Amino acid sequence: MIKFNQVYKRYPGGHEALKNLSFDVAEGEMVYLTGHSGAGKSTLLKLIAAIERPSSGGVLVKGQNIRSIKPAAIPHLRRNIGLIFQDHKLLFDRNAFDNVMLPLQICGFDHRESAKRVRAALDKVGLLDREKANPVALSGGEQQRLCIARAIVNRPTILLADEPTGNLDTEYSNEIMNIFKSFHQVGVTLLISTHDESILRQFPARALHLKKGELQT
Amino acid sequence: MRTLNEHLRVLRFTLRHMLLTPNASLLNILIIGIALSLPVGGYVLLKSAQTLGSQIAGTPQVSVFLASGTSASEIDHIGEKLRQHAGIKRIEFVSRDAALKKLQQSTGLADVVAGLAQNPLPDAFVIYPKGGDAAALETLRDELRTWQHFEHVQLDSAWVHKLEALLDFGRMAVAILAALLSFALIAITFNTIRLQILTRREEIEVAKLIGATDSFIRRPFLYFGLTQGLLGGIAAWLLVAASLQLLNHQIGALTQLYASDFSLQHLSPVDSITLLGFSAYLGWLGAWFSVSQHLWQIEPR
Repeated sequence: MIKFNQVYKRYPGGHEALKNLSFDVAEGEMVYLTGHSGAGKSTLLKLIAAIERPSSGGVLVKGQNIRSIKPAAIPHLRRNIGLIFQDHKLLFDRNAFDNVMLPLQICGFDHRESAKRVRAALDKVGLLDREKANPVALSGGEQQRLCIARAIVNRPTILLADEPTGNLDTEYSNEIMNIFKSFHQVGVTLLISTHDESILRQFPARALHLKKGELQT
Repeated sequence: MRTLNEHLRVLRFTLRHMLLTPNASLLNILIIGIALSLPVGGYVLLKSAQTLGSQIAGTPQVSVFLASGTSASEIDHIGEKLRQHAGIKRIEFVSRDAALKKLQQSTGLADVVAGLAQNPLPDAFVIYPKGGDAAALETLRDELRTWQHFEHVQLDSAWVHKLEALLDFGRMAVAILAALLSFALIAITFNTIRLQILTRREEIEVAKLIGATDSFIRRPFLYFGLTQGLLGGIAAWLLVAASLQLLNHQIGALTQLYASDFSLQHLSPVDSITLLGFSAYLGWLGAWFSVSQHLWQIEPR
């Protein structure tokens, strides 16, 4: 599903964020990405979503090479990838329902069909009763769950989560990890970056450990 | 069906967006309306002047006034010669007595004419040439000037040509004005859309992150430009209509004195639709320039 082959990422100025990365993530697999902040976790996720391109090496996502992907093909790639951001990236000019509606509008879904899907996604993350609320009025954990609802509403095959439990206490973290676990059970490929060791113990899965841009084995 | 729904959704979104900032939207629409109303108003005035000109001018003709003391047989001879001329369709002889009578009847100068000791008018031919173009008429006039007994040859359509030249000048002025103000309209839309893109930067970034195509992101801005242009066109139409109403009211008082039924014509339906279509197109164009200039700068990082 995801294949990295000797990937390097250098930023202008010479900073080398990723060095010689090679790994595979199989379809339906759940994989953790661990390491300190600055180890290159976010950069790695950005490469998969074609937000950044590798400086050298091959990144294959669902058979598409990110290094040579045409700009016009990027939107269609991203529709298959649910992105969950640490800073949520919610839009505060609309309510929770409309935030989750956005990916379906982008894909051009029929309004009634999308309304059903939006409610299903909100139900999944336990926010069905908050659909009219503005994201500003939601707590940190609720905002994170809303972000998850938006990422899954058009049923992507890959979910990328960047520090989804970053600022949350244990109770909220577990809630969110349980949601991820349920996606894993229905066959979604998951890549979750975290620096929270307790999560790894409680929800064990393969972990890729990054240190200064290099994969530790 | 899916695309139609999508377009309707964007249109609703656009109108809601305009209503969110009613003052700014209204001001923009008014500026566009005023800018467009200037060339449109000029166009309407020119069109009315043109109609007035063609009403008065009719077909071109050449008047030939004979030297006094030309005898009746000489007049007959000249008449025959004119009738056989290749460039002349028809002639009409106006004797000096008939001319005097006509003058008495038509211009309310009866008292003055009655007071004349003798008829000051010459005998005359009115010549209707075959062709209508200005060059042929002038050649004919110059030829007739060389004939004997012709004291004065006058091309009656000369002033029509002068009017035509004046109208051409006016048309050019209106065209330049229209071109300049069209650029202004594009510039206004360009700037409005630029500000919108800046304020909605976050939304654009998020949309790109979750798989929005460029056309999806562009669409609401293009619709905004189009709608704003269209509303500006409607504003221009209303401004011109209101101005014409006022002017015609004034002209009514004036034309009554001259016993004429002249009034300024309003824009025809075709002209109105052209105006609205053009203004909508310019709005769209301004938005398009702005979007292609600014949107690529917003890439999620």
